[in-house]
Amino acid sequence: MTVVQEVTPSATQQPEMAVPPGRLAVRRFMRHRLAVVGLVVLVLMGLATLVLPLIVTTDPNAVDPTAFRRPPSSEHPLGTDSAGRDVLARLIAGGQISLLVGLIAAFGATVIGMTLGAVAGYFGGWVDATISRLTDVVLSFPTLIVVIIVVAFVGPSLTTLVLAIALFDWPTACRVVRGLTMSLRAQDSITGVIGLGAGPLRILRKHVVPTVVAPLTVVATILVAQAIMLEAALSFLGLGVPPPSASWGNMLNEAQSLSILESMPWLWLPPGLAIALTVLAVNFVGDGLRDAVDPRTTR
Amino acid sequence: MIAFLVRRLMISGVVLAAMSILLFVLLQVMPGDPAEMMIDPFSFAGNREEAVARRREQLGLDQPVVVQYFRWLGELLQGNLGYSFSSGRAVSEVMTTRLSGTIRLMGASMLIAVLVGIPVGIVAALRRNTAVDYTASFVSLLAISVPSFFVALLGIYVFALTLGWLPTAGMNSPGGTGLWDSLRYLILPASILGFALAGPYMRYARSSMLEVLGQDFLVTARSKGLSRLQVVGRHALRNAMIPLVTVAAIQIPSLFAGAVVIEQIFAWPGMGRMALEAISARDYPILLGFVMAVAILVVVCNLLADLAYAIIDPRIRIGGRA
Repeated sequence: MTVVQEVTPSATQQPEMAVPPGRLAVRRFMRHRLAVVGLVVLVLMGLATLVLPLIVTTDPNAVDPTAFRRPPSSEHPLGTDSAGRDVLARLIAGGQISLLVGLIAAFGATVIGMTLGAVAGYFGGWVDATISRLTDVVLSFPTLIVVIIVVAFVGPSLTTLVLAIALFDWPTACRVVRGLTMSLRAQDSITGVIGLGAGPLRILRKHVVPTVVAPLTVVATILVAQAIMLEAALSFLGLGVPPPSASWGNMLNEAQSLSILESMPWLWLPPGLAIALTVLAVNFVGDGLRDAVDPRTTR
Repeated sequence: MIAFLVRRLMISGVVLAAMSILLFVLLQVMPGDPAEMMIDPFSFAGNREEAVARRREQLGLDQPVVVQYFRWLGELLQGNLGYSFSSGRAVSEVMTTRLSGTIRLMGASMLIAVLVGIPVGIVAALRRNTAVDYTASFVSLLAISVPSFFVALLGIYVFALTLGWLPTAGMNSPGGTGLWDSLRYLILPASILGFALAGPYMRYARSSMLEVLGQDFLVTARSKGLSRLQVVGRHALRNAMIPLVTVAAIQIPSLFAGAVVIEQIFAWPGMGRMALEAISARDYPILLGFVMAVAILVVVCNLLADLAYAIIDPRIRIGGRA
C-alpha cells in the first residue's frame, strides 16, 4: 500500500508494465475486506436469482383476485401485492431482470466507450477532437434525464431501457481508454510494431486491449452500479421495465400510495433493500478493484 | 482569459445549436400533422384537402425544412415555446411557475450537501485511516449507492407516517403561508436530495484535501513552524477548494435529475414533476420546453464551472488552460 511513486498530473500516466500485476492485484483486492464482502453478496444474489426459482415455483405473474395485499404467511412468505401476485416470486423474477439489465447495459456502455476511446486515442487529430467534444457533451447531461426523455418519445420497453442506458452512459469508459491508448501510442515499442507493418486493428487488439482491460474493469463495475440504479429509478417512475414483468424498481412503484407505504411494508421494503444492497455491494467491489488495479490511488 | 472565455462560449453555443436542431427533428418526427389536426374532419364542410393545404401554407409548413427551422428558432429565442396540449397555457408560463418550486428544492438540497459533505470530507482527510475516516467513507458510499427514492420512502414512513413530525407531500399546507409552514414541507425532500449529493461531495473533498496535504509547499509551511491549524486553514483548505468549486457546479445537472424523482414522490410542484406529467399526458410542447431547459441548465453550469475555475486559479487566467 505504501508504494511511493512520482505521480505526474497529466494524462500520460504509464500503465504498469514491469511487474505482471495479476497475483498482486488479487492479493490487494482480498485485503480490501468490504470488497470481498461485496463480492460474496453479489455472488449469493446472482445464485439466488438463478436457483430460487426452482424452489419457489409460484408464477410471479399469476394473479389471484381472492388474495390481494395479504401480509406474509406460510403460503406467501412475503405476502401478495395489489393484484394478488406472490411478492417473493416477483422479488426473484425482478432480481433476474434488474441484474440482467444492469449487466447488459453496462457491458454495452463499456464496449461503446472502449471503441470510441481507442479510436480517439489511436488516431488523434480531428478524430480525437470530435470524439472528445462528444464525450464532454454526453457526460455533461445527466443520464437519468436523457433516458427519461428518450423513453418519453419512444415508449417504455426492456430493449429501449438497455439501449438508452448503453448509448448514454459510455463517456467514463471512453475517457479512460482514450488516455491509456494515447500514452501507449506514444511508446517506441508501438512505433516499432507499426514499422514492422502492423495495422491499427492489430495494434488495438494485441496491445491496446490487454493494457486497458484492468482499468476498464473498474469503470465497468461502476457502470453496472449506475445501470442498476437507473433501471430502478426509471421503473419506479413507470418508465422502465413495463408491467406485468417484475423488476425491483417497478415493484416499488406501488409504494407511492401512502396507504401501501404505511401499512404494507412487505410490498416495498424487500425490493428497496435488494436494490440498495446490490448497488452497495457492486460499489464496494468497484472500490476494491480500483485499489487492486491502481496502487497509486491514495487511501 | 478572454481567449479562454471565448472558446468556452463558442463550445456552449455549438452545444445549444445542436440541441435546438435535435429538438426540431423531434418535433418533425412527432406523430400528427398540426395542419391536419387544426381542421376537424367531421365538422368541416367543403374541400378538406384544399383547406389543409391552405392551412399548411399559412403555418409555413410548405416551406423548406431549413426555413422552417430558422422560423421556429426565431420564435424560440423570443421565448415562444408553443402551447401546452393539455392545459392550453403558454409553455413558457407553465415553466416559470414550476421553475420556482424546483429552484427552492434544489437550492436547499445544495446547501445541505455543501454544508454536510465538504466539512465531513475534509475532516476524513485530516483523520485519514482512522475510525472517523472509515465511517465517513462508508456513509458516503451509502449515500451514493442507496437510491434516493428508497431513502425517500423510508423517510416518509418514519418521519411523516410513524412519527407524524413532517408532512408527507406538497410544498405548503392548504391555504398555509409563512416561513415555518414552507420549511416544514421542505425539510424532508431537501434533506434526502441533499444527502444523495453529499456523498460525492464528501468523496471529492476528501481526495482533493489528501492530494493537497501531500504536496511540498505544505511541508515547507510546516517546517516554517506554523501550527497545524494555520497550515490546514490557510494553506491546505484554499488549494483544496479549487477543484471542489468545479465539481460542485458540474454536479448541479445531476442534482436536477435527482430532483425529478424526489418531486414525483413528494408531489412537489416543480419542473421534474411537470415533465413526468407531460409524459403521461403526451404533452409534447411541455416536454420540449423541459428538454430545452435542461440543455440550458447543463450549458450554464459548465460555463459557471469554467468561470469559477478561472477566477480562483490564476494560472488559467494568465496562460489558457492549466
